[in-house]
Amino acid sequence: MSGNGSKVTVATTWLDGCSGCHMSFLDMDQRLVDLAEQIDIVYSPLVDTKELPEQVDLGILEGSISSDEDLHKAREFRARCKLLLSLGDCAVNGNVPAMRNPFKLDDVIERAYRENVDVNPQIPTEGVPALLATVRPVHHVVDVDIFVPGCPPHADTIHYVLTELIAGRTPDPGRVTRFGA
Amino acid sequence: MPLPVPQTNVRVVTLKVDGQDYSAREDETIIEVCRENKIPIPSLCWMDGLSVVGACRLCVVEIAGSPRLQAACATRVREGMVVQTNTDKLQRYRRTIVELLFAERNHICSVCVSNGHCELQWLAQTCGVDHVRMPYRNAGYSVDSSHEMFRVDHNRCVLCTRCVRVCDEIEGAHTWDVMGRGSGCQVVTDLAKPWGDSESCTSCGKCVQVCPTGALVKQGTSVGEMVKDQTFLSILARRRSHR
Repeated sequence: MSGNGSKVTVATTWLDGCSGCHMSFLDMDQRLVDLAEQIDIVYSPLVDTKELPEQVDLGILEGSISSDEDLHKAREFRARCKLLLSLGDCAVNGNVPAMRNPFKLDDVIERAYRENVDVNPQIPTEGVPALLATVRPVHHVVDVDIFVPGCPPHADTIHYVLTELIAGRTPDPGRVTRFGA
Repeated sequence: MPLPVPQTNVRVVTLKVDGQDYSAREDETIIEVCRENKIPIPSLCWMDGLSVVGACRLCVVEIAGSPRLQAACATRVREGMVVQTNTDKLQRYRRTIVELLFAERNHICSVCVSNGHCELQWLAQTCGVDHVRMPYRNAGYSVDSSHEMFRVDHNRCVLCTRCVRVCDEIEGAHTWDVMGRGSGCQVVTDLAKPWGDSESCTSCGKCVQVCPTGALVKQGTSVGEMVKDQTFLSILARRRSHR
């Protein structure tokens, strides 16, 4: 794959995740220097841009769909990215965020914000997105092209996937990672 | 103790598996022949040394002349049989089966004590399951930690019934059995009493060792620490069947 210019444009964001997948991305260490010559990160928690550009070559989503904001971001990424990649177990299968699914949402909120709170217990409503009743993997709400499981996927895995994509090949992440890796 | 001598009046048949000729004893099943000859067929409920239930259907193969797929663990070899073990169709079915197992209960690999040592996890990787297409059921299941040494987490159970069979056929205790139907089906100890209250359990731990996932585990294990050893089974089973 290649962008209109010389570099592949990449956008990333995290939804309901722990940011561990982005940390693993940073764990590519000195390889990031070489990657920076081939990709241009146009939107990400790792850079300063506040708006997702209209057209991006590769979108990378970490985290599951747990709130209406996650849902909005996933849809926006799908609409603007040519290729969409689910990075990590939360995005791929719900993982730890989805462990609340067997319980009712009201019970979960009650438990987190009232039962276990000693001082001034209250349920936050302002400035925070509303939680969805069920946590879902990204591909259950928008089409996803590439799945990279792992908690988090190893830096070598992310490097393999990115270099394959940059070279115009289709990576086979199952060769190097799995659920829970 | 000498190894049991195979019966001599059993005939040998020849068959073709994936285009290669093999010979086998006529009382062998397809999966036994494949295991002996290092032909990889995924399986979950089948285990060398336990009786055959043919429940998981992961070992299905195509047999020339048969309109249906057959479970390799429950099908005996025949003279002239032509078997395909890894066609696109079979890969598709196996992938779907593994996905359904993941969708049915709550297999959160990253926080499971069996992470990295789990047969279901390994099957997902080998069958190309990098995501689950169907909706997750998200039903909560119980965890029973009442036994002083072991724990059962029904969220991780795939109902392979290896525990039921090893307890009955090898240990001879028959503590484990199956209760309920459909999605309410689960393995139980002693008429669904807490495991710790079981009077028949000998605490031998064979069920824990044969369990393919993190459903039956040792107490006190943390993420990824539950490593199982199944080598005892074929040795015990062989010696037992020829007494």
